[in-house]
Amino acid sequence: MLLLTCPHCGIAAEETEFNPGGEAHLKRHGPGASDEDFEGYLFLRHNVKGPVLERWRHSYGCGKWFLAARDSVTLQVYGTYPASLAHPSDEVGDSVRAAHPNWRTQI
Amino acid sequence: MSDTTAKPPALPRASRPRRYSVFAIAREAMRLHSGWQRAWASPEPRRRYKIVIVGAGGHGLATAYYLGRNHGVTDIAVLEKGWLGGGNTGRNTTIIRSNYLQDPSAAIYDKSLSLYETLSQDLNYNVMFSPRGLIMLAQTEHEVRGYKRTAHANHLQGVSTEWIEPERVKKLVPIINLAGPRYPVLGGLYQQRGGTARHDAVAWGYARACSAMGMHIIEKCEVTGIESAGGQVTQVNTTRGDIGCEKLVLVAAGHSTVLADMAGFRLPIESVALQALVSEPIKPCMDVVVMANTVHGYMSQSDKGEMVIGGGTDGSINYTQRGSWHHIEETVRALVETFPMISRLKMLRQWGGIVDMTGDRSPIMSGTPVGNIFVNCGWGTGGFKAIPGSGWAMAELVAKGEPGPLAADFGLGRFREGRFIDESVAAGVAH
Repeated sequence: MLLLTCPHCGIAAEETEFNPGGEAHLKRHGPGASDEDFEGYLFLRHNVKGPVLERWRHSYGCGKWFLAARDSVTLQVYGTYPASLAHPSDEVGDSVRAAHPNWRTQI
Repeated sequence: MSDTTAKPPALPRASRPRRYSVFAIAREAMRLHSGWQRAWASPEPRRRYKIVIVGAGGHGLATAYYLGRNHGVTDIAVLEKGWLGGGNTGRNTTIIRSNYLQDPSAAIYDKSLSLYETLSQDLNYNVMFSPRGLIMLAQTEHEVRGYKRTAHANHLQGVSTEWIEPERVKKLVPIINLAGPRYPVLGGLYQQRGGTARHDAVAWGYARACSAMGMHIIEKCEVTGIESAGGQVTQVNTTRGDIGCEKLVLVAAGHSTVLADMAGFRLPIESVALQALVSEPIKPCMDVVVMANTVHGYMSQSDKGEMVIGGGTDGSINYTQRGSWHHIEETVRALVETFPMISRLKMLRQWGGIVDMTGDRSPIMSGTPVGNIFVNCGWGTGGFKAIPGSGWAMAELVAKGEPGPLAADFGLGRFREGRFIDESVAAGVAH
C-alpha cells in the first residue's frame, strides 16, 4: 500500500484514498497538431522502470489533482508536488537523485 | 490464413529427442527411469544467429516453433533473462477462450483456440488442455447488453458461443449464488470450447520442440543493449556476451518498453501488476471456468483441486510482480458474495505478473521504426490463451517481413491512424 501526501490539503493517507491518473507532464496536443504529436499525447508512454512522475487525485479527500514521483521497482514514494508545477520541485528531485544519482526527468 | 507446411529440417538421429508415448513409459519403467532425456538443451550462445527472439515465455517460444515448423527457419536463439516460462506464462490463471467482440481479435483468438485443441499431439507433449467450458457472468444490465452483442458478433464470425439465462448458469455452476444483492447473476456468455491448459507445460512443450529442431534456448541471459547501424539492428549485448542477428524479435511483455528504449523507439504500453491467488485443494466442486468481469474476479478449479483466482490490475505503473493488497481484497470480497462457499477457504499462494497494457487493450504484432526489429507485446491481461495463435501469426510476420491476415490489423500504426481494435469497450474490463 502506497502512502501519499496530498500537497493541497497536506494530509498523508493510504493509496485507497487516491486514484492514479497516469503519466504526468504530458505535452498536450490538439487540433492542428500532426498525427505523430497526437499519437504521442494520447498513447505513447515512457513507462519507466525506476522513478516515474505520475498524476494522482485525492478522490476521497480534497478532490484535487497533484503529481507524485514514485519508483515503479521499489514502490518508494519520493515525494508529491502540485499539478501546477511544470517540473518536480527541488525537494522531490533531490529525493529521487538520492536513490538514482544520474536521474533526469523525461519532460 | 496461410497454411504453409514446410517440414522442419531433420536432425542427426543421435540428437533427436525420443518421443513420449505409453511405450516410452513402459520402457523406462523396465530400466528404473534411467533413460529420460532433458526436454531441451542448454547450449552456450553462439556469436550469431539468423533470428534472435528476446523472451522465452509462451509467445516467444511459440514464435520460434512456428518459424521452424511453418517457415523452415531454425537458426534461432531465444534469449531469456530469467528461467523459461517464469514470467507471465507461469503466472496467469490459464484461461482459454475466443469469444471476443471485434473481428480481428476473434480471428486470432479462435485460431489460437483451435491450435490449442491439437497442441498436445502436435508437440508430443501433454499440455493438459481441458475444454471444460467457460462462462462470463453478466452482473449488470450493461453487461447483459454487451454480452448479447458479443454473442451475435461471434455468430457472424463463426465463433461458437452462446448467451445463457441465470437458470442455466446455476445448472452449470451449482456453487454460485444467483441472487447476490450487489452482484446478481443476470445471465452469462458461455463458450463450451473454452477452458484451461497447464501453463508451464505449454512453455515446456514448445521449448522441447524448438530444441529438437536445433534452436538454442538460452536462459539467464539478459539483454542489456541493442546496437544498430543504418536503421538496422546488428547485434544485442547480453549478460552472456554480444550476439549478432539478421532479425530481432522482442517478445518481452511487461518489459517491452525497456527493450524499445534500448532500440530507440517508443511503444504505447504501460506495465502494471496483475495478481492471482490459489486456495488449498478441495473436492471437485466446479468444472467450468467462471469469469466475473464486473468485479474483476476469475475462478476455476485446478486438477489438484485448488481454486485458482485471478484479480484485476493495479492502476499505476508497477514492475514488482506483486501487486497491491487492496485490489486482491476487492476481488476476493466480490467472489465471496458470488460463491459463498469459498468464504472459509484458506489461500495458499498469491503472486503477480507484469502485464503490458495498450490504449485499446489489444495486442501489437508489428514491424518497428528499426527495419529488422519486430515486436510482439500488448497482450495485457489475456496473453496465455493467445500463445499458439500469436506465435503462428508472428512467425509469418518475421519470416516474410509482412504481416499475414491474422496479424495485419495489430500493427503499431493503428494508434496513429485511429484504427483501434477496441476490446476495452467490448469487455468493459481489461480482459
